[in-house]
Amino acid sequence: MGYLDGFKVTFKKWAGTRTDSGRRVTMEYPEQVRPKPVRFHGRHVLNRYEDGMEKCIGCELCAGVCPARCIYVRGADNDPEDPTSPGERFGFVYEINYLRCIHCDLCVEACPTEAITETKLFEFAFTNRDDAIYTKDELLVGDDGRPQELPWENWAGGFDPAEDTSGWMRATAPAGDHRFEGVVGWSGELGYGVRDPEGGQPLDAERRAEAARALAHAHDVESHGHDDHDDHDAAGGHH
Amino acid sequence: MDPLLSGDIGLAAVLIVLLKVVVAFTVLMLGVMAMVWFERKLIADMQNRIGPNRAGPFGILQTLADGLKLMFKEDLEPERSDPFVFKLAPFLALIPAFLVFAVIPVAGNFSDGADGVVTMFGHETFMQVADPQMGILFVLAMSSVAVYGVMLAGWSSGSKYPLLGSVRASAQMVSYEASLGLSVAAVLLFSGTLSTNGIVAGQSGGQWNLWMTALVPFVIFIVSATAELNRPPFDLVEAEQELVGGFHTEYSSFRFALFFLAEFLNTVTMSAVIVTLFLGGPSGPIPDWAPGWASDFVLPLIYFFAKLLIFLFMFVWFRATLPRFRYDQLMDLGWKFLIPLSLGWFLILTSVKVAIDIGWNPVLTGAVTAAVVALGGLMLRSAVRTAAARHQAADPLTDQAILGSDAGGGGL
Repeated sequence: MGYLDGFKVTFKKWAGTRTDSGRRVTMEYPEQVRPKPVRFHGRHVLNRYEDGMEKCIGCELCAGVCPARCIYVRGADNDPEDPTSPGERFGFVYEINYLRCIHCDLCVEACPTEAITETKLFEFAFTNRDDAIYTKDELLVGDDGRPQELPWENWAGGFDPAEDTSGWMRATAPAGDHRFEGVVGWSGELGYGVRDPEGGQPLDAERRAEAARALAHAHDVESHGHDDHDDHDAAGGHH
Repeated sequence: MDPLLSGDIGLAAVLIVLLKVVVAFTVLMLGVMAMVWFERKLIADMQNRIGPNRAGPFGILQTLADGLKLMFKEDLEPERSDPFVFKLAPFLALIPAFLVFAVIPVAGNFSDGADGVVTMFGHETFMQVADPQMGILFVLAMSSVAVYGVMLAGWSSGSKYPLLGSVRASAQMVSYEASLGLSVAAVLLFSGTLSTNGIVAGQSGGQWNLWMTALVPFVIFIVSATAELNRPPFDLVEAEQELVGGFHTEYSSFRFALFFLAEFLNTVTMSAVIVTLFLGGPSGPIPDWAPGWASDFVLPLIYFFAKLLIFLFMFVWFRATLPRFRYDQLMDLGWKFLIPLSLGWFLILTSVKVAIDIGWNPVLTGAVTAAVVALGGLMLRSAVRTAAARHQAADPLTDQAILGSDAGGGGL
């Protein structure tokens, strides 16, 4: 029946649509929402400190690093009587064009104050090119630290800060801590979305050394068959 | 000949014909809508998807929504197109599809040699819009006219992909029409009439042509019909991966909708033709005690649409299962397999039929014919091989594909 096997497969899928063999893999999208992946990148937010001060200092590093040139920042001096952010300067204009943004998260990495981070919100639509430019008013988080629900966004899946904050990766050393140099770790955003580091990324030197010793031991036992890439993985260990 | 039109034609007869036309048109339009929905839903199920489910309950109004959307789209006309032909082509594709259905008997009592005459408002008539003497030839003619729709659409677009698509289409449809015609000829051998009503009447009592012609013409007809319809796996005409949209690449708005409609309409009518030719149309067991309205209309309609549904399902099933043919494979299948096979089978059936008519042993006659046909086939094959070998020897650089062998293949 070689030629006809294919017909059997499709028929079984059809006949078993409501059973396990033909289970539907698609969902009723707007009603049912698939959980988003851990590293999902959605639209940005501009964070604030707990006292309400804005974190952005208008340094334009994000705009400088943006490969899509979608960020426009203009800084201004703080009013000493009524400062917008701690320090001298604040982000006076902050705009992101979502027709250009590729959600690479480089702006997040570049930011020295963790002012800009990403959420997992991606369900928004425009009927006008100008509307695709998010201004500072729209990007700033509310008093509770949550992103604003804008009228053209679909939050049907709800917003759970712990889940829907993009746990972004630090590939560089934040706050100048040498221990994190070249080590990927998760950073929390405004206390939301803090996660344990993923497997393979020990935080302290001791655990790292221990893993290296275990690896050296393993190499003695078995023949040399690993390439460098494998070594790197194994050094991390899997928790 | 429809008894309605045999005597004097009065106003009532004209009105009945008009009524039949309107009903057939409406049912067909609704049927196409349902078919599009059915196909999308079914193929979604076969691919573990949900399918359209937004417009109306179970998405049943999806086709309507699509049609409305297309109506409001901009009607583009390419600069280098031939305006008149460009506008004419969609109708050339659509109208034949409608016309074919006119000769399909959809109801009427065909049991025990009854000829399917029903009484409508006191007038005797057939449950089909028209019953011309040339019945099934009309179907073949219309499917040939439909080729023009596709061909002219591609040509008049003034663009490369549509042209390639239409060249493919015309070659494919002309090729497969041969085997289609030969398998129809096998049916005509047994029915002895071209009239569709006569063909159905000849199959009453379960003597379906499906069995009478020993299945082979039926299978050939289905394969050729799939190719004629340009449906997967023979949808090279609009192979998206190669030709964008094929012959209708440059079409938009309602003209595209007409092509779309024609495609599904053809599927429905071709299924109806298969049912008429091979499965006895609306005939089926009708109990003696059934009242007139049931034995003339309800039961035959149910039989007809049940049979129709089987083939609609089959076409969708093909689409869900089979990958598209390569162009040279398509031509090989048509010319080197289906046409010789249907011709050989036709010869065997002819001999059996003649044997029955003049009282020879049909089995023996059939066997002798089969042997002769097989011998002839083998001789032809070896002749082709020899010619190919000589050709090769004379000019080693010549492509083998010209005279056979599967290696390579010129195609479009």
